[in-house]
Amino acid sequence: MTPVLKITDLHKSFGDVKVLTGIDLTVQKGDVVSLIGSSGSGKTTLLRCVNLLEEFERGTIEIAGEAIGYREEGGRRRRLPERQIARQRAMTGMAFQQFNLFPHMTALKNVMLGLVKTKKLGQDEARAIAEKWLDRVGMIERKDHFPGQLSGGQQQRVAIARAIAMNPQLMLFDEVTSSLDPELVQEVLAVVRDLAADGMTMLIVTHEMRFARDVSTKVVFMDQGRIAEEGPPEAVFGAPKSERLAGFLANSEI
Amino acid sequence: MDYDFNFAVIWRNWDLLASGLGLGLFLAVVSIAIGCVIGLVAAFGMLSKHRVLRWLSLSYVSAIRNTPILVLILFTYFALPQLGVALEKIPSFILTLSLYAGAYLSEVFRAGLVAQPKGLREAGLAIGLTELKIRAYIIVPVMLRNVLPSLSNNFISLFKDTSLAAAIAVPDLTFYARKINVESFRVIETWMVASLIYVATCYAIAAVLRRLERRLAIPR
Repeated sequence: MTPVLKITDLHKSFGDVKVLTGIDLTVQKGDVVSLIGSSGSGKTTLLRCVNLLEEFERGTIEIAGEAIGYREEGGRRRRLPERQIARQRAMTGMAFQQFNLFPHMTALKNVMLGLVKTKKLGQDEARAIAEKWLDRVGMIERKDHFPGQLSGGQQQRVAIARAIAMNPQLMLFDEVTSSLDPELVQEVLAVVRDLAADGMTMLIVTHEMRFARDVSTKVVFMDQGRIAEEGPPEAVFGAPKSERLAGFLANSEI
Repeated sequence: MDYDFNFAVIWRNWDLLASGLGLGLFLAVVSIAIGCVIGLVAAFGMLSKHRVLRWLSLSYVSAIRNTPILVLILFTYFALPQLGVALEKIPSFILTLSLYAGAYLSEVFRAGLVAQPKGLREAGLAIGLTELKIRAYIIVPVMLRNVLPSLSNNFISLFKDTSLAAAIAVPDLTFYARKINVESFRVIETWMVASLIYVATCYAIAAVLRRLERRLAIPR
C-alpha cells in the first residue's frame, strides 16, 4: 500500500545552520507518529517541511505517492508554482502552537473559510461540515464566538476542527498544547486522542511524553537534525538504546 | 472692541456655503476611496520581496510626503497641462488629493501589516489558500480593523485639506467664503462662520467614524 507520507533523505538548512540532515520516515494510513526530542532538534522544522511552510534543499517528501513542493526539470530541481503548492498543502492539515485562528471571524467562519475558498463548496454544505467538526471537538455551542472570546484550549479545538474539516490525508500537530495553561492541556489532548482512535493518520510534535506514549503507534526521537531512534512507544520509552534518548527521557516528565 | 456684528450677508448666502460644503465632502470621499486603493498597493509594494517594487513604492511615498500639498495642487493644475495632461479643476484636484492620501494612508497600512503575527498567513496557507486569497480574506480585513482609529484621523485631515481646492478656484466652502468676504467686507463674520462649519463637520465625521470603529472592532 502507498504510504500516506514518505520522506526520503530530507536536508534543510537555515543559512549555515543545518537543521535537518538526512531524514527518512514513512507513515502508513492510520499511523500516529510522535516526534520527540529537545528544542532545536528539528522536529517542528520537519513538520513545517511536510506542509511546505519551509523550503528544503535536498530529498523528497511524498504524500499519498505524490512528490510535493518540487519537481525535477532537465536535471534541475525547481519549486512548483504557487497554485500547485497550495493544492498540495491542503492534502495535509496543520494545527499550530499559537492556534492562529482568524481573529475577525467567528469559530464557524474560521472552519468554513477553507471549505468555501479552497474547496469551493457552497455555503450550506460548508456550514454543515464545519458544524459537524465543531460538534466533534465540543465547540458547537461556541460556534458564533470570536477567537478573542474563547480560552486557549477552546481556540485550539476550533483550530483543529478547521484543519480536519478540510479532510486531509494526514494531520500535523505542532506542539498544540505548549502555549496552553496547564489546566487546558487535557481538553485538547482528549480531542487528539479521540481523532487518533478514529483512525486519523497523524504526525505529532509534542513535549507531552505521557501523551506520546499513550496515543502513538510509533515514536521518533530526533537529535541534532536526524532521527536518532524510532520504534513502538514501549520500546522507545521502556528500553531506550542510546544514551541521548535515555538522558532526554530522564529530563522529561512521564 | 467696537464692532457691529452683522451676519445678514451670511444668511443670504447660506445656499452657496452649503453647496461648497457638499462639494468638499464629495472631494474628500472620492479622494479617500481612491487613496485607500493606492495606499494599499503602495503598502504591499513597500513590503514586497521584489526590490523594484519596494523602490517604486518608497519613491512615491517620500516624493509626495516631502512636497507641500498646495504645491502638488498647483503643479497638477498648472504644470501638467504644459506636459500635455490637461485636467478640469475638479478632476485635477481629486487626482492630487488621491495621490496625497495614498502616500499617507500607505504608511498607516504598512504599520498595520507589519504588526500582524505571521501565523495568520501560515494558517491561511495551511488550509490551501493562495497568497492573494490570504490577503483578501485575512490579512487586509484584520489590518483594516486594527488601524481604523489612525485611519479616522487621516480621513479628517484629508477633509480639511479640501479647503485648499479654493486655490485653483474649485467652488468649495472656502472658495465661497472668500467670495462672500470680498463682496461684503464682513471679514470676521464670514471666516468665523466658515470655521464653525468646518469644526462642526469634522465633529460629525469623527462621530460617524467612531461608531464604525465600534461596529467593526474585533470582538474580545
